[in-house]
Amino acid sequence: MRKRDIMDAKGMERALIRIAHEIIEKNRGVENMIMLGIPTRGVYIARRLRDILKKIEDVNIPVGSIDATLYRDDIGLKQDQPRLKETDIPGSLDNKKVVIVDDVLFTGRTIRAVMNEIMDFGRPGSIQLAVLIDRGHRELPIRPDYVGKNVPTSMQEKVAVRLKEIDGTDEVIATD
Amino acid sequence: MQGFKRKDVLTIEDLTRDEIELILSTAESFKEVSEREIKKVPTLRGRTIINLFYEASTRTRTSFEIAAKRMSADAINISASSSSVVKGETLKDTAKNLEAMSPDCIVVRHPSSGTPQILSGFVKCSVINAGDGTHEHPSQALLDLLTIKERFGKIEGLKISIIGDIAHSRVARSNIHGFTKLGAEVNVCGSPTMMPCEIEKMGCKVFYKIEDAIKNVDVIMMLRIQLERQKVGLFPTVREYSRLFGLDSKKLENAKKDVVILHPGPINRGVEISSDVADGKHSFILEQVKNGVAVRMALFYLLLGGSRE
Repeated sequence: MRKRDIMDAKGMERALIRIAHEIIEKNRGVENMIMLGIPTRGVYIARRLRDILKKIEDVNIPVGSIDATLYRDDIGLKQDQPRLKETDIPGSLDNKKVVIVDDVLFTGRTIRAVMNEIMDFGRPGSIQLAVLIDRGHRELPIRPDYVGKNVPTSMQEKVAVRLKEIDGTDEVIATD
Repeated sequence: MQGFKRKDVLTIEDLTRDEIELILSTAESFKEVSEREIKKVPTLRGRTIINLFYEASTRTRTSFEIAAKRMSADAINISASSSSVVKGETLKDTAKNLEAMSPDCIVVRHPSSGTPQILSGFVKCSVINAGDGTHEHPSQALLDLLTIKERFGKIEGLKISIIGDIAHSRVARSNIHGFTKLGAEVNVCGSPTMMPCEIEKMGCKVFYKIEDAIKNVDVIMMLRIQLERQKVGLFPTVREYSRLFGLDSKKLENAKKDVVILHPGPINRGVEISSDVADGKHSFILEQVKNGVAVRMALFYLLLGGSRE
C-alpha cells in the first residue's frame, strides 16, 4: 500500500484560516449564519471554523450536525444498511445562510442528500459548501464554495482526513 | 457487528445480543426524526408494508403504520374481521395473495403462536411478528429495552420484575429473553395459576408475592390482566387479583426511589395498576409508546435498508 502525504497540521490550520476569511468576505460578515457539519469529521472541522470566525468577527455561529444517511440514493443497494449518525440542527434554518462543512468532497452524492434533508428542515436563504479536500470525480453538478486544497486522485485511492479531536493527529493522507 | 442480515424478525429468542444492540442503537437515531417539524424521511420510498392483524390492536398497529409512513413507505392495514378471512380464506391463501401484490414486508399479529414463522415460509418478503398467541411480541420487548436503556444508560446488571399472568403473556416471554440476553436479572411474579412450569429454565427467579418482587428492583413491568381470560379461573375475582397483585402507591413505598414502571398497555386502571401509579412520576408508559415508533422504524430500516443478494 502506497501512502501519499497531502496536508500536515500546519497546512490544515492555514487552509481553515483562509476558508474562514473567504466566508467572511463572500458574505460580508457572518450574520445570520449556521454551520452544519457532516458527521463525523465535518462536525469537528465546522467547530474549528467557528472558533476561527469567533476570533476574527467576535460572533458565535451556531454549529450543528447533519447526517443524510436516510436521504441516500443507495438505500437497499448495499449489502449492509449504512449506520446512522447524529443529526442535530441548532434552531430554524429559515432565511439563514447555511454553510455545509465536510472533510472530503468526492462524488457529490452526500452533498445532494444533505441539501434535500436541509430543505425538509426549512427554507434557508442560501446554502454554501466548505470542504477541506476536493478530490474530484464528481458524479453530480455540485461544486464547493470554499476548498482547503484541491487534490487530484485516482478512483482507487482513499483519502483520509485525520483530526486531533478523534484521531489524535492533524493530517491528510492518500493511500491506494 | 456489520449489517443486519435477517429476512424476518420473529422472536427475541432468535436474536443475538449484538443484533438486539444494533436495533436499539439504530432506534435511538430514529427518535430524532419524530421530533422534526416534517416528521418524514425518504428512506423507504416505494416500499410497501402490509399490516396483517388477526387480533384487535390500536397501539401496535398504529405504531407500525406511523413508523412506515415516517420512513416514506406505503402502509396498508388489513384486519381479519373485515377481510376474506371471514369468508374462510386460509392463512396460506391470504399470504400467497398478498405476496402476488409484491409487498416488501408483512407485519403480522395472530392469536395462534407460531403463525409468523409459518407465514414467513410462504412469502419471500420480510415478516415481522407483531404478537403471536402466547409466544412472543418482539417489537414490544425491544421498545421496553430501549426505554430502560435510555433511563439507566445500560441494561447489564439491572434487576427487573415482571408481574402478572406470565403463562399467557407474549410480552413477558419476549422480555425475559431480551433482558437476560443483555445481562439483566429477571424476576417473574404472579399467582401459581399464572406461572408456567419450569419458567426458571428461562433464567428467571419466581416470586408469588408482589411485595417481595418489587423490593430492590430497578424496573417493575406490570402486565395487563386479560379480563377476557378471567372465565378460565386463573383467579377468583378481579378484586382479589387487584388486592394481591395490583400495583398501587402503598405497595410502591417499598420499592426503590428511582424505580421505573412499565406497562405494555392497554392498562386496566384500578386492576393491575392504580391510576395514581399509572400517571405518576415512576411511570414510563407513554415513553414506551414513543419509543415504539422509533424501534419499528429501526426494524423496517434494518430489514429493508440493505440488499439481501
